[in-house]
Amino acid sequence: MVEQIDLTQVNWARAQFALTAMYHWIFVPLTLGLSFLLAFFESIYVRTGNEEWKRLTKFWMTLFGINFAIGVATGIILEFEFGTNWSNYSWMVGDIFGAPLAIEGIFAFFLEATFFAVMFFGWNKVSKGFHLFSTWMVAVGSSLSAMWILVANAWMQFPTGMAFNPDTVRFEMQNILEVILSPVAISKFCHTTSSGFLLASLFVVGVSSWFLLKGKHQLMAKRSIIVASVFGLLSSAYVGFTGDEAAYTVAQKQPMKLAVMEGLFQGETNAPLVVAGLINSAKEPADTQKPFFAEIKIPGLLSLLANREFGSFVPGVDDLVYGNKEHNIVGASERMERGKIAIHQLKTYKEAGKNGDTATAEAALIAFHEYKDDMGYGYLNNPAEAVPPIGLTFYAFHIMVILGSIFPLVFLLFLFFSFKGELLYQQWLLYLGILSVPLGYIAQQTGWIVAEVGRQPWAIQGLLPVTVANSNLTTGTVQTTFFIFLGLFTLLIIAEISIMVKQIKIGPEEE
Amino acid sequence: MIGNLDYSILQIIWWIIASVVGSLFLFLNFVQGGQTLLFTVPKGEEEKTLIINSLGRKWELTFTTLVLFGGALFAAFPKFYATSFGGAYWVWMLILFTFIIQAVSYEYRKKECNFLGAGTYEAFLFINGSIGILLIGTAVGTFFTGSSFSLNDYNQVTWQTPYRGLEAARNFFNLSMGLFLVFNARVLGAMYLVNNIDHKPLTDRCRKSAWISFLWSLPFLGYVLVNLLSMTGYAVNPESGEVFLQKGKYLQNLFACPAPGLFLFGGLILVIYGVTLTCFKGKNNGIWFGGVGTVLVGLAVFFLAGFNNTAFYPSSYALQSSLTIYNASSSHYTLTAMTYVALGIPFVLAYIAYVWKQMNNKQLTIAELREEDELY
Repeated sequence: MVEQIDLTQVNWARAQFALTAMYHWIFVPLTLGLSFLLAFFESIYVRTGNEEWKRLTKFWMTLFGINFAIGVATGIILEFEFGTNWSNYSWMVGDIFGAPLAIEGIFAFFLEATFFAVMFFGWNKVSKGFHLFSTWMVAVGSSLSAMWILVANAWMQFPTGMAFNPDTVRFEMQNILEVILSPVAISKFCHTTSSGFLLASLFVVGVSSWFLLKGKHQLMAKRSIIVASVFGLLSSAYVGFTGDEAAYTVAQKQPMKLAVMEGLFQGETNAPLVVAGLINSAKEPADTQKPFFAEIKIPGLLSLLANREFGSFVPGVDDLVYGNKEHNIVGASERMERGKIAIHQLKTYKEAGKNGDTATAEAALIAFHEYKDDMGYGYLNNPAEAVPPIGLTFYAFHIMVILGSIFPLVFLLFLFFSFKGELLYQQWLLYLGILSVPLGYIAQQTGWIVAEVGRQPWAIQGLLPVTVANSNLTTGTVQTTFFIFLGLFTLLIIAEISIMVKQIKIGPEEE
Repeated sequence: MIGNLDYSILQIIWWIIASVVGSLFLFLNFVQGGQTLLFTVPKGEEEKTLIINSLGRKWELTFTTLVLFGGALFAAFPKFYATSFGGAYWVWMLILFTFIIQAVSYEYRKKECNFLGAGTYEAFLFINGSIGILLIGTAVGTFFTGSSFSLNDYNQVTWQTPYRGLEAARNFFNLSMGLFLVFNARVLGAMYLVNNIDHKPLTDRCRKSAWISFLWSLPFLGYVLVNLLSMTGYAVNPESGEVFLQKGKYLQNLFACPAPGLFLFGGLILVIYGVTLTCFKGKNNGIWFGGVGTVLVGLAVFFLAGFNNTAFYPSSYALQSSLTIYNASSSHYTLTAMTYVALGIPFVLAYIAYVWKQMNNKQLTIAELREEDELY
């Protein structure tokens, strides 16, 4: 049978992927948003002909380039890591998962790579119009790139448009449009890219605030703040709207993830939304302990947000692990039993086929098809394994939401005082602008933690647990590469921050 | 029309597409080759900056082509992706490390407070151009010499050596393939710099360097060619799918259809012509002949490995675990869908060519660099 790998090795492989993905995700959101801000700045320059806007564009472009380079460096490993560390995954779902990655390469990366060179080095080589077009193409390419990788990621959260082929022992694509246009893919793309726009706006506001506090480059800083605050405010609103949609799709497609995001153990009609809480980490599914030491709740709101219906039932961890007949929920415990039958029948089918025993093979295949939807659960050893880490997911989700609620206010305040012409006198706000930059990064990282930790223990939600998805490597091998990545990426990020800080201190070129 | 194509035709089309992308990558390795010239060819900081800024405007194309090569293989031949990357772990990881350190080096080398110092970033570029390409070459060599792995009924790979792919470098054929690619990349790099830079003392040294690298490449090329055309290869019985060893398999493949032979010899002649133009005729356009020649040689290599009932990723340990373009591919549906997607590739190539022309219509000079405020 598909062998399960030593858990220690799997955990190191997970750690390595988490490490590389989180490092990569430090840089990508800024690229996503700053590329559009550059396009806005340069559009104003081309429209007005005012050289000050060109200087401004070039200054932010320098910071963009520093960030972009390390984003590229940390990104290449992710694509190949699917093969190196998750080779069984690559085989079992490569038929579906490889397509968006290839499309990303063809239609997004080349757009970015080709026009990036024009954007940086083409000021004196191409016309103003073509240069502006190139800057826009870098922005469009960045978002297209995000779209395709998020289509792939969304498919891991909500596998659709495919079927399992017992002969090839893999999932095969049946409908590419279902994969691309799945509701999870759309909401994930909208939410993630707009959060990148938000972060970049915070970054521009934060750096500009520092200039204002230092009394340097004031005109450039004020102009940057106005454009970034408008973009940030619009993005924040969109992040909120798409966040609600993303949470709704999670509720519909990944109810276990929603349950742990909210620390909801026992399902409820008229379920409350936990605004903040202190999780009881000793709590296990179906035991009698309270899930929280303390919490603030809004009654009924979770039911409304999760199902768009007041008073509706939202399943909790206990329901999803052990089932709930009243609400027709089949628990992981029952699905495990069905999954083990599917695995057994698949094995019988393969062996009978090899031995030429057609009758047995056919019977096994029929039985397999009856249970195949739960095959992934058959690899779990305990129904509680179907529960993602609760504390990490819960806190990450709530930190993200709380921070996401603060940012629109920050942009509003900057706009208000900008239009009143009093920004320079609001030192507290300028400090808040600087503080918002790290907070934006924390919101980004916690967002990814919710998405990925909340998917555990699955590589492909409900179909393929991580324990079956990884490569047949020794723990020592993965540990070695983990520490190499840790060391190398840490060195590079120190270099990146050091260069970035220096370039900010240098500021835009003199007139 | 595409929707009606046979599965086997689609598998062939995708091997051709993967081969084209892989071969274009070998041409674009002029960036890596140029990086290995940094410590020997330029005299002084300005010339070094000239080289880095010339290559720096193209490095992302090479990098992206590598990513696309990986993506195309993942989408079209996922069993290869899973087997090779999951099995030959160390060789791929080391290749990737060299590309990670390359990606930051152009941008960070000259920036103030870059933490590691300019010399370190230059060393990174050298490592990428030498060790990175050497390892890629040895990995390509295993398409002919085989690797030590087995697959179970569920296509899970078990690698038979603890070196995880690095053992390929102990085989002189694989090593020769790698060294040939390194020297060929240096030839291409030098020819590209001649084409892109207007600074005679430097380009004169580049011309000399191209010739020396070309001479160095010859023994390795000769060793690869002689062995390739005389070695026992991994043949596949088209009826049963059984893999067996066949003497002179790749020589047979060379003559089984005209394309590989024409590409191989035509490509080599073009490379030689490009080198001759650059090194002895004082021309600047040798890179185009060398580049097209390299693409053709690359296509020949990939076609010899994959077509005419041949296992393109053979297992020397368990013959029947060997991968062919037929048993390693994606499903009929996925290949069909991806073929529609591939119709966009000419459009992508067209805008790359247009932008290339726009950016390279004037050669780079030291005077221009002195005026530029955005420099690598």
